[in-house]
Amino acid sequence: MNRQQLLDLYFLEARAKLIDIAAFLDRLDRAEGEADFRLAAFNEALGRLDRNDGRRAEEVLLALSDPTVEPALAATTKTACGAWARKS
Amino acid sequence: MRYIEPHAHMVSRVTDDYRAMTTAGCAAVCEPAFWAGFDRSSAAGFYDYFCQLTEHEPRRAAKFGLPHYCWLCINPKEAEDVGLAREVVALIPKFLDRPTVLGIGEIGLNKNSRNELKVLEMHVDLAARLNQLVLVHTPHLEDKLKGTRLIIDVLRGDKRIRPERCVIDHVEEHTVGMVLDGGFWAGMTLYPETKCTSARAVDIIERHGMERLWLNSACDWGVSEPLAVPYAALEMRRRGHSPAAVERMTYENPLRFLSQCPKFTLPANA
Repeated sequence: MNRQQLLDLYFLEARAKLIDIAAFLDRLDRAEGEADFRLAAFNEALGRLDRNDGRRAEEVLLALSDPTVEPALAATTKTACGAWARKS
Repeated sequence: MRYIEPHAHMVSRVTDDYRAMTTAGCAAVCEPAFWAGFDRSSAAGFYDYFCQLTEHEPRRAAKFGLPHYCWLCINPKEAEDVGLAREVVALIPKFLDRPTVLGIGEIGLNKNSRNELKVLEMHVDLAARLNQLVLVHTPHLEDKLKGTRLIIDVLRGDKRIRPERCVIDHVEEHTVGMVLDGGFWAGMTLYPETKCTSARAVDIIERHGMERLWLNSACDWGVSEPLAVPYAALEMRRRGHSPAAVERMTYENPLRFLSQCPKFTLPANA
């Protein structure tokens, strides 16, 4: 498909998701209290959109991933939260 | 259209879903062993679950003329208890000769822990000794990248394992390349929020090609869509892919992988 066709197919959907992200960040701004590592990871991932090599989705996923290689000592939970908590 | 659903947790779904899938053209459904949403308290619980997967569920699907196959294991979400896992793995050989069991799965990792790795290695050893196909679950979200790397290391580390007999599931943009480059099959799971959307799955097809790649819904007890594969087929058509390409992704590819198990057969009219 050419760019015009892809815009016809996906622009409105992507526009809606973009506004949702903006509204999510505004909501966080209005709220009180401290954010956690997830917001920092989210902002880092947003920064990865500023590229044009066709790898934005992969880069966003990498920004939100645990980059370490050693197995964890134990599984202390079953769930994932969507962002890696960098050990300080 | 016709399609194969290679990964669905039908024990968690209502009978209406069988009817909808069959109406949409599903020719066979394959059900990997999964976590129930709570930890089973003993190996006896798994024995009952394996009976459900190999006896009850095929009968339920058969009411709609739908062949039902399964994979057996203790899921990585319950793999932290190595003692329990050892008992469950010991149960599996008793079931492997049953006519609808395709292999070992969905094994893998959840939180990438040392014990999960030990249990993964137990399953891989079992599959290698008994020449079984392998279906691998990769972890969720932030754990997927690391887990996929660790899983590939385990599979490559066992020289008895042939990559073309293993499917590594739930790939996304950051993991699909390493799976395909390793000679494994890759599964794209169409799942809201945590895995692939239809549009992203079609992106991956366009970037990586159709070789050794399949689509599945992994529908389960969570928010999920048992018709996700036909919806992705529709997305392929919207993006200009031919009916033959859709057929290859949704029917021929899973058929090619699953037919490596001689027990996987489809009715002549499928």
